[in-house]
Amino acid sequence: MRREIPLLITAIAGVVFVVQYFIPHSPFNHLDGWFSDWFSIVQACAIVLGSLNLLMISSQKIARKKEGWGYAVVIIVSFFLITIIGFAGGEEFRDVGTGFDWLYNYTYVPLSSTMYAILAFFVASASYRAFRARNAEATLLLLAAFFVMLGRVPIGDLLTMWMPEGFRMSNLATWIMDFPQTAGQRAIMIGIALGLVSTSLRVILGIERSHLGGE
Amino acid sequence: MKMKRGEVIVLLVLAVGSVLAYLGKINGWHSGFMFPKWLSITIVSLTFLSMVWMLVRTIQGKLVERRIVFLYVGIAVALPLLMELPQKIIVSDIVRAVYTELEALQPGSKVLVSFDYDPASAPELQPMAEAFIAECFERDLTVIMMGLWPQGPQQAAMAVDSAMKRMGYTDQDKVYGVDYVNLGYQAGNEFVIQRMGSSFQSMFKTDFLGTPYEDIPLVKNVKNFSNINFSFNLSSGFPGTVEWVQVAVDRYGLRMGAGNTAVQAPTIYPYVRSKQVLGLLGGMNGGAEFETVTGLPGKAIGFMLPQSFAHLIVIGFIIIGNVAFFREGRKSRLKG
Amino acid sequence: MEHFGLWVGAFLTLGIYSFLYRDNAWYKLCEAIFIGISAGYWVVILFWDNFYGKFWIGREEEPMLWVGAALGVLMLCRLVPRIGWISRWPLAFIVGATAGLWMMNYFSSNIMAQVQSTIMPLLGEGYSASFGEIVGNFVIAVGTFAGLIYFYFSKEHKGAFGATARLGIWVIMITFGASFGYTVMSRMSLLIGRIDFLLGDWLGLIQ
Repeated sequence: MRREIPLLITAIAGVVFVVQYFIPHSPFNHLDGWFSDWFSIVQACAIVLGSLNLLMISSQKIARKKEGWGYAVVIIVSFFLITIIGFAGGEEFRDVGTGFDWLYNYTYVPLSSTMYAILAFFVASASYRAFRARNAEATLLLLAAFFVMLGRVPIGDLLTMWMPEGFRMSNLATWIMDFPQTAGQRAIMIGIALGLVSTSLRVILGIERSHLGGE
Repeated sequence: MKMKRGEVIVLLVLAVGSVLAYLGKINGWHSGFMFPKWLSITIVSLTFLSMVWMLVRTIQGKLVERRIVFLYVGIAVALPLLMELPQKIIVSDIVRAVYTELEALQPGSKVLVSFDYDPASAPELQPMAEAFIAECFERDLTVIMMGLWPQGPQQAAMAVDSAMKRMGYTDQDKVYGVDYVNLGYQAGNEFVIQRMGSSFQSMFKTDFLGTPYEDIPLVKNVKNFSNINFSFNLSSGFPGTVEWVQVAVDRYGLRMGAGNTAVQAPTIYPYVRSKQVLGLLGGMNGGAEFETVTGLPGKAIGFMLPQSFAHLIVIGFIIIGNVAFFREGRKSRLKG
Repeated sequence: MEHFGLWVGAFLTLGIYSFLYRDNAWYKLCEAIFIGISAGYWVVILFWDNFYGKFWIGREEEPMLWVGAALGVLMLCRLVPRIGWISRWPLAFIVGATAGLWMMNYFSSNIMAQVQSTIMPLLGEGYSASFGEIVGNFVIAVGTFAGLIYFYFSKEHKGAFGATARLGIWVIMITFGASFGYTVMSRMSLLIGRIDFLLGDWLGLIQ
């Protein structure tokens, strides 16, 4: 029971979507509709599960007075601050001028953007320390990066304006992106898709069971 | 992690400077600064010379500290925002293709724009969104907006506001519900697109403001993708362009262009080649090219100067590192 | 509130950047706020949009939504170790549905359509392309094939097969190089966005 029912659920859900692809009509389109709604509802419960886990870990850290427990308090306070304001706001919780909107604009937005933006510094530092033309492959990688980085900004063409039109930086970058880059991306894309299709088939047929926490 | 005296002083100076600058802003003591051309050229030259000095130091085996590298990146991005130097933006075919698609549409055609990104990617995608919507308004195309990311509709609302301001339109010139509509966010990733293939209304019972679907003049006769003339997807990951291609384009025959973050853009090129995506704006540069081809300059064009300098700095550091590497007979003694 | 908001935004932005100097309490505080705020943000969004918007509003009109709610409740069983195994049911549903959907979508769009677009005519009646385009199509066909050969590890890479795989790795390296270039572009753009916030929106220094 513990294993058979989940396997059956996986198989039915998978087969419905495969059949729906070929027969997008009743009753399969209804099943498709229901399944996508269920998917969304389960997703909402999954985030509750994740958040409870975060709160539990943070509470344990505080209770045991582990190093940095003060930051765990901040995590819990920030979590409850936005959730209480969000729930109290009702259906219009994110309208302009609400507390949730304020927290979104002045805390969530700057923090999430800056977390990504800080990588710019580390990319530059890594380029200086580790990006070396050690062999033919690394040299190709480096050259492609060089042409693309210069060719995708106006200054690239400014530096190569003395060259014939087709050989200016922007043209070289475009050629790299349109042809060899596309070829490589396509090889990766097809490779991933082949792997994904075969894994999906194994999951639906019950051969791949690792998602159920087994072999 | 105790602070040193010097660090406290630097922090205090920065805090006081910030308060003064802020007070200056709100009291109108200044309206911002722009470096004169000679100063801009001097700064660029000094930066270049200091890079040469750094090259010499690295060749001597003295690795520049990583915080110096960080400082250079900061300078390369911050100072050009205060400079005004001429730059020529060349429009590539892949960007022009999006423009050509819009050009071919009749006034009144319906354009579906999906905002599948969050504020973290807004510096790259928001200028594209604003320019695209402004161009649609300019051509009298009607715009239906939605999002597969919860933050998408808020970005859409901001993009419309900005496009209206840029074009000088009022609420009477472009009427909500008639010329454009924001259907809001729907959870369910590619399942949403799949269900829109049979019925938009099954997914969007109301718009972002809560108006019932059937009461919105612009969409009340829009049943599915067959009523959409062109679609544009702004995406920074999953769900995004890949899912739109797989479901809306390949299964329902939607004509689609895309605007992606630069990280994602290279992965979309194969779809452009296979005509699954008809045109692509990749990163800030794609946005700047689109602003250029539409003749509606916005933030992306302005940001291309710091972008150029930032690229030059990174390239400079790569060159310095490699020159040192080769001088040492491929046995780099550089240590982190 | 807008003035206060700008200062809060700037405080948090600079706090994250302070990590560039060294690990410090300001950064850790901002990091903790980020973790709490993002987790809470997603709980609120998914509650209102997914649970309330999909289930609560539509439950009377569409009784089948109760099945979704039941699956959701089963997911929460994970919190009780004794009956934690029941949470495999909704998980099995999510994995099965995703597998079914992705299998067909990826097969059609990422394999069939891509292969079709790779094998283009070089010359021929009813087909016209510039010389550059023909060369490009050839580069794509050869590059894609060689790249795929490189990813085939069930056969030893030697002889003609090995040479093709070597060509494949070169193509892949160019791809990675181009992707690196675009990644630099992307990260710098985001940084420009933040600096624009600090110098423009916050301090008003940009004209």
